[in-house]
Amino acid sequence: MNSPADRAPNSTFVGMPTVPPRSPYGAGNLRGERAFPKAAHDELANEQLRRNLGRATHSIRAKRLAVTGELPDWEQLRDAGSAIKTDTMNRLPELLEQLERKVIEHGGTVHWARDGIEANEIVTRLVKGTGSDEVLKVKSMATQEIGLNEYLESQGITAYETDLAELIVQLAHDRPSHILVPAIHRNRDEIRDIFLQEIPGVDPGLDAVPAQLAAAARAYLREKFMTAKVAVSGANFGIAETGTLSVVESEGNGRMCLTVPETLITVMGIEKVLPRFQDLEVFLQLLPRSSTGERMNPYTSLWTGVTPGDGPQDFHLVLLDNGRTAALADAIGRAALNCIRCSACLNVCPVYERTGGHAYGSTYPGPIGAVLTPQLAGMHGAKDDPNSSLPYASSLCGACFDACPVKIDIPSLLVELRHQHTEQSGTTAEKLAMKAAATVMQRPKLFTAAQKAAGLGRLLAGRDGTISHLPPPFRGWSDSRDTPAPPRQSFRSWFASAEGAEAMRAAAAEGVRHPDDGIQETP
Amino acid sequence: MTATARETVLSRVRDALALSPGPETVVPRAYRTGRRLPDTERLALFVDRLVDYRTQVHTCTASETAAVVAEVLHAHGARKIGVPPGLDPAWLAAYDGTVLTDSADIPAPQLDLLDGVVTASTVSCAETGTIFLDAAAPDQGRRALTLVPDLHLCVIDLSSVQTGVPEAVARLRPTHPLTLISGPSATSDIELERVEGVHGPRTLEVVIRTDA
Ligand code: SF4
Repeated sequence: MNSPADRAPNSTFVGMPTVPPRSPYGAGNLRGERAFPKAAHDELANEQLRRNLGRATHSIRAKRLAVTGELPDWEQLRDAGSAIKTDTMNRLPELLEQLERKVIEHGGTVHWARDGIEANEIVTRLVKGTGSDEVLKVKSMATQEIGLNEYLESQGITAYETDLAELIVQLAHDRPSHILVPAIHRNRDEIRDIFLQEIPGVDPGLDAVPAQLAAAARAYLREKFMTAKVAVSGANFGIAETGTLSVVESEGNGRMCLTVPETLITVMGIEKVLPRFQDLEVFLQLLPRSSTGERMNPYTSLWTGVTPGDGPQDFHLVLLDNGRTAALADAIGRAALNCIRCSACLNVCPVYERTGGHAYGSTYPGPIGAVLTPQLAGMHGAKDDPNSSLPYASSLCGACFDACPVKIDIPSLLVELRHQHTEQSGTTAEKLAMKAAATVMQRPKLFTAAQKAAGLGRLLAGRDGTISHLPPPFRGWSDSRDTPAPPRQSFRSWFASAEGAEAMRAAAAEGVRHPDDGIQETP
Repeated sequence: MTATARETVLSRVRDALALSPGPETVVPRAYRTGRRLPDTERLALFVDRLVDYRTQVHTCTASETAAVVAEVLHAHGARKIGVPPGLDPAWLAAYDGTVLTDSADIPAPQLDLLDGVVTASTVSCAETGTIFLDAAAPDQGRRALTLVPDLHLCVIDLSSVQTGVPEAVARLRPTHPLTLISGPSATSDIELERVEGVHGPRTLEVVIRTDA
């Protein structure tokens, strides 16, 4: 039956589908060294960090609300964005092949990388092929994820970050703490000190004024921009229909890297493909407004292969898996792959606001990172893997879902991940959630009440949507009746509704009858 | 090696889709497209958005172009400017400085010696204050030309200004190198305080020709 002639043309018989592998353990930047509550505990001691973060996230939030509110069709754009991404994932093989074909047609070269290690090797080989021992970098999550800079360094190649925030992080031998503003945890005085120490020949009279600091970075990088032979970038979008790639930025460092060097190497996660050029009309509205709260970011570059007489004459696209296919094989991971990395969910998250990005241990922090990181890199060795603590690093308040331009239901995904983790490890989700909560929140009692009402309620309800057993102190109440689980849509609105308030009151009143069931709050 | 990786990744994607098929999806495009605003409203919206990004805006008629261009360049003390080879020479008729016509063999460091650059544009979006440059168009020039000098003066015909993003995107030639510009180069990386002018042009001047 399985003779070649019986098969459909162009299809390869692969037998039973196997689960694709996650990003290799121990490589790249998708895993911290400590579990979230432990790491968060230390970050919380940093008053400066919390002040910076609080100010920054509140300010972006307000701007974002203003500019999304001014579009009467914002919800329709979100619906379109979400559907385009879902449709993209369904058609990923054909879209990737189409993108590859179009890039080659326009004079580019396409490489495929099974994981970060392979991508690092490909980039290194390409850089060495140019004879250069330095590269300019455009800020990119994908290359951060695979630890490209560190790998290049081990191969004798110096990578210069050109985005101001990434430069600050690099010069400080630090790690990024936010998707969009990686140096959000640093203030102007710290940045001046870093520049004075690390930039050769910098004016010793440099003041801690943002304009002066930006000017120092401009002077430092200008000569590099004019002379560098090779640049490495990521991509916000890759259009299958035309082979067009896109980088969205503000400073012009992206334009410099994409235009001046002779060779350009772009590393793009396979989930970043979009079917049609027309789809940009949706994402160019969703991304800047969600991300920086601007109507449009200052600069967006679109290029297709190579253009004779303009820009790099040697263009390489590296298509990166590194756990993305593993995520795709799972309903949770699949939804998380829709993320366009706008960082809106970070800026509204009460947990992120207190801990900052480093506590998550991964290139992807905040609510989406808590989902994406375990999906890409796994939750191995259930108890000890820091990644297995990430699904609990959330109050499940639902603010991230409301903010997400592509409507990723992050709270539901976190609840599902907790299910998966508890099934795998035999531990109780409740204990871990409490631990994360008690560490992070100023008023853990209130937090735990919300957890129970919304998150744990959902968690305990299982997939039939009914809670038959609530944890203490609500046990007495749930023993005598089935509680409908909070609706999937929005925990926050359920919590704020009359029904939610009534359920909470009743639960609390009955819970009082079981004083022995009190929860231990670990400091 | 690479061919193997390609086959491996593609077969992993197919396996993943077989293990977890996604919901059949039709993309709803109920958002606003095909909008048209009268000239005066489009102009007012565009100017409002440009000014919001601290872009300097001048409006004039087509016949006043040369005078306004010369005046703006003069105000910035721009003595040596670059232009793309296909720029309408009439636009510079009143300018008395040195004009370098760009070509592919001029290296970027030489562009760094220019005081500014004058170009046309392909299309603009009023609602976001975005100017779209097509590097394959003879009057817009190489990407480096509009990037390296510190002053960019862009002459825009009001008739090319579209209302929203979908209307503007629909008029692009996708495989040309395209640069979308919304105000001068800016960063908010230090305590989220906006600073104009990092690596791109620190000054963006726009001349809108209302009858062209
Ligand atoms: S999950 Fe949504 S809100 Fe968060 S970064 Fe991704 S796209 Fe933005």
